[in-house]
Amino acid sequence: MADSLAAAPVALVDLLDRVLATGVVISGEVVLSIADVDLVYLSLRALLSSVSSVRAVAPPPPQQGRPA
Amino acid sequence: MSAADGLWLHALMRDPDPALLSGLTGVGGREVRAIPVAGLTAIVCPVDLGEFGEEPLRGNLENIGWVEAVARTHHQVAVELSRFGPVIPARLATIYLSDQSVVGLLTRCRTDLAAALERIGGRIEWGVKAYTASAPRQPRPAPAPGGNGAGTGTGADYLRRKRAALSARSDAAVAAADCAEKLHTKLAAVAQDARRHPPQSRRLNPRAASMVLNGSYLVDRGQGDRFAETVAELADGYGALDVELTGPWLPYSFATVPLPETLPETADG
Repeated sequence: MADSLAAAPVALVDLLDRVLATGVVISGEVVLSIADVDLVYLSLRALLSSVSSVRAVAPPPPQQGRPA
Repeated sequence: MSAADGLWLHALMRDPDPALLSGLTGVGGREVRAIPVAGLTAIVCPVDLGEFGEEPLRGNLENIGWVEAVARTHHQVAVELSRFGPVIPARLATIYLSDQSVVGLLTRCRTDLAAALERIGGRIEWGVKAYTASAPRQPRPAPAPGGNGAGTGTGADYLRRKRAALSARSDAAVAAADCAEKLHTKLAAVAQDARRHPPQSRRLNPRAASMVLNGSYLVDRGQGDRFAETVAELADGYGALDVELTGPWLPYSFATVPLPETLPETADG
């Protein structure tokens, strides 16, 4: 039961850990420059910085270090 | 496949029965197909270079909705393929211009790919994430002797309390990091292989700031329940940690092969 891959719900953040950072096979040729790891991360950083606006309806993360 | 098409590499596997691939739709929205070379098979899907070429792709990678849809399809195809044998999922956005290029890839990396398939065959991956435990509410410090007892105190008292709270938080983080090391070591000892990923993005995981372990563990298929029990037992023993199990996953974190030093080129003899 626990080994069923299809049944496993997958959080995007955990999936991206794997399909972007690992699961690496080999660079493709067309998108060599962008498939290069650093550039993928570069794009991903831009992507992640846009997530907050996409998910604006979600409650903001707790503020750290604010004086009581 | 038209001149405006590229080939999205979904995965590599040993020769699956082509009939099994029938009806399986890939990232490009079209049916996947197999490109076999000497006992290995690349599973690809034609994609429109107007969407997946370098420039459009650069833009699309900055669109979280696009990335999510593509990542989920990519994952789902790999999961489907895994019903027919061990699968090496390709990293997202590995795109080729022609069958010939894919054949070049398979030929060049054949030995490493075969070894990777051997390593992950019959195994699956589990993810274990650990965070510094959400601190139980700190008890209020006793009022200073000679104070008025109302608990407001002086500025010096405030600073002392503030320092103590910061120090407690830092102690908790150090203790959690230490526990995370031990947890990872123990899990690695019962797994076939283990790997630690960098902590996750704060944008995608609100708890990322307190993440002390983002680990992946390669486990024999059929041992998933036992591994999950081990995680639960160990988690009970580490009060400093909040532990979360994810999976099972295809063995993404263990299906890597060394990058060739140069890419196969069309003119390459």
